[in-house]
Amino acid sequence: MVERMFVQGNEAVGWGALYGGCEAFFGYPITPQNEVTQWFAREFPERGRVFLQSQSEVASINMLYGAAAGGFRVMTSTSSPGWGLMQETISHCAAAELPCVIVLVQRGGSGAGSIRHSQMDYITATRGGGGGGYKNIVLAPGSVQETHDLMQLSFYLADKYRNPTVVLSDGILGQVQESLETKTIDFGPLEDKDWALKGRDKNKDGKRRLINSAYGVLPLPPYPNYISWLTHIKKKYQEMEDAELRYEAYKAEGADLILVAYGYTSRVSKEAVNMARAKGLNVGLIRPITVWPFPYEIIKEKAALGCKFLVVEDSLGLLLEDVKIAVQGRAEIGLVSILDRHIPTDGGMIMPGRVFEEVQKLL
Amino acid sequence: MAKKMVTGNPAIWIDPPGAAMYCPGCQHPVVHRVIADVIEEMGIDGEVICMLGVGCHAFVQVAWNIDMLSCAHGRALDSGTALKRLKPEAIVFTVQGDGDCIAIGAGAFVAAMTRAEKITTIMYNNTNYGTTGGQLAPTTLLGQKTTTTPRGRDASVEGYPAHTAELAATFRGTVYSARGSVHTPANYQRTKKYIKTAFQKQIDGAGYSFVEVLVACPPNWHLPPVECLDRIENELIVEFPLGEFKNEDKII
Ligand code: SF4
Repeated sequence: MVERMFVQGNEAVGWGALYGGCEAFFGYPITPQNEVTQWFAREFPERGRVFLQSQSEVASINMLYGAAAGGFRVMTSTSSPGWGLMQETISHCAAAELPCVIVLVQRGGSGAGSIRHSQMDYITATRGGGGGGYKNIVLAPGSVQETHDLMQLSFYLADKYRNPTVVLSDGILGQVQESLETKTIDFGPLEDKDWALKGRDKNKDGKRRLINSAYGVLPLPPYPNYISWLTHIKKKYQEMEDAELRYEAYKAEGADLILVAYGYTSRVSKEAVNMARAKGLNVGLIRPITVWPFPYEIIKEKAALGCKFLVVEDSLGLLLEDVKIAVQGRAEIGLVSILDRHIPTDGGMIMPGRVFEEVQKLL
Repeated sequence: MAKKMVTGNPAIWIDPPGAAMYCPGCQHPVVHRVIADVIEEMGIDGEVICMLGVGCHAFVQVAWNIDMLSCAHGRALDSGTALKRLKPEAIVFTVQGDGDCIAIGAGAFVAAMTRAEKITTIMYNNTNYGTTGGQLAPTTLLGQKTTTTPRGRDASVEGYPAHTAELAATFRGTVYSARGSVHTPANYQRTKKYIKTAFQKQIDGAGYSFVEVLVACPPNWHLPPVECLDRIENELIVEFPLGEFKNEDKII
């Protein structure tokens, strides 16, 4: 069944979660993602699913930890300061291999920063801000429809790898209204969650289930010691990296200059590409859909062909770091950043015209 | 029958039991035993799900043959809340230390009682942080020397011992709160009754239930095990009186 509607990106998070089989939402109010929490408060209880407002973002993520251990599809949503608070237990979820989904609607930083949009949490989202060097797949939608679709994918990937998945949105993408088609997307079968806590007598083999995140203190079967567990985790992260890379290449074939952007600035960049193409300039766009794993190879290949790059991101330059890693000093990289907003306030945005100006300078 | 309960291992004790992880004279395994007996007697071992905090109490994961989740420090009540909301038929209980529950986990504790979560907490109070080497806890007695209060707890610097069971009783969402000990056979039996009552409140869907148990920590109290029992009798229960602070059949 397909339903058509005209909704905000923040509401598309809810619709995607609903059609993706999410069973519970735990969240704490924070701007600019309040429409997400409010959507779940409105829509979930009447459908027999769980909504609970937590007492803090620390609580939200620990609620996910408990509910995920029971084998349930669960999620939370937050913005940058709340994201900071969640880091410790995201690390625990990764270590205990508990699947869950965290939506991060980025706002301006550092500190309390601003309550409007930005793209300033790229590093903690892609590298993980908790202890231990864990990995999460990070999906970065570029539209309301894609927010809905990637929400569904996020639950599937979380279950597939028994790992947290992050959906990286921003204040603009959250607030923008676009048309949306909702329907359940079939990603294929998944294994039963035989590992989940149900109460010992409900377990298939009648044996207890014990889940912890302290393999160096109390190793659990089948890992006899800390290093054997780390070896397993490393292998899993490698599988995620190899199998789950997603990106969009827009008019990138044979381009002399390639813009690199995700989220709202990818929309701005696409507009700038069209402006450049209309002027006969050979410009394309690479839009990472997964920012971890990151499309290093395609950028590296383009750099080897003599292509220049322009990173467009609403921060001081964080995605830029990944592009530098991909390019390895072999190509020129420009940056359109938060300092290039159309007005110098928290409400300012990076506009296509500004990006186009920079394109002209580089070519 | 009574003889079997005293001398044998409870049915939910994993074979071989992991009590060897505890210091000689530690009373954590004694409380683990009390809880195990209660679970066995109530016949709920197949339905309980335990949320463990971080501290010496958490080593019980090598002892109990029940489903368990080892949680982030102080967060067992948040994790338990979510699981119980999604699985109302499960009997969810948290096992926490005093530091886990009323220091780092105080927010989760207060919030769970505010929301009247239908879960049960057993808090082991040994008046210090055992695992990390005997530091100050909210429950440390005035004058008590710890590795972070080497001159003794000074009220003008570290304040006063936290009375967790009394605090729990003040919340409307709490239907049961008690404090017990296991330093004498009579108190052992009373504590067992408190824990059984706490589980029954949850099974009846009444509200949040809480039991604090005073336990000895000989190495960090710098006392031989037998003198630890004297300290509980002569000092701890003066500050932390034993008994039931609240016992309601429903939230009032
Ligand atoms: S440090 Fe204290 S609480 Fe921990 S095992 Fe030893 S005696 Fe028990």
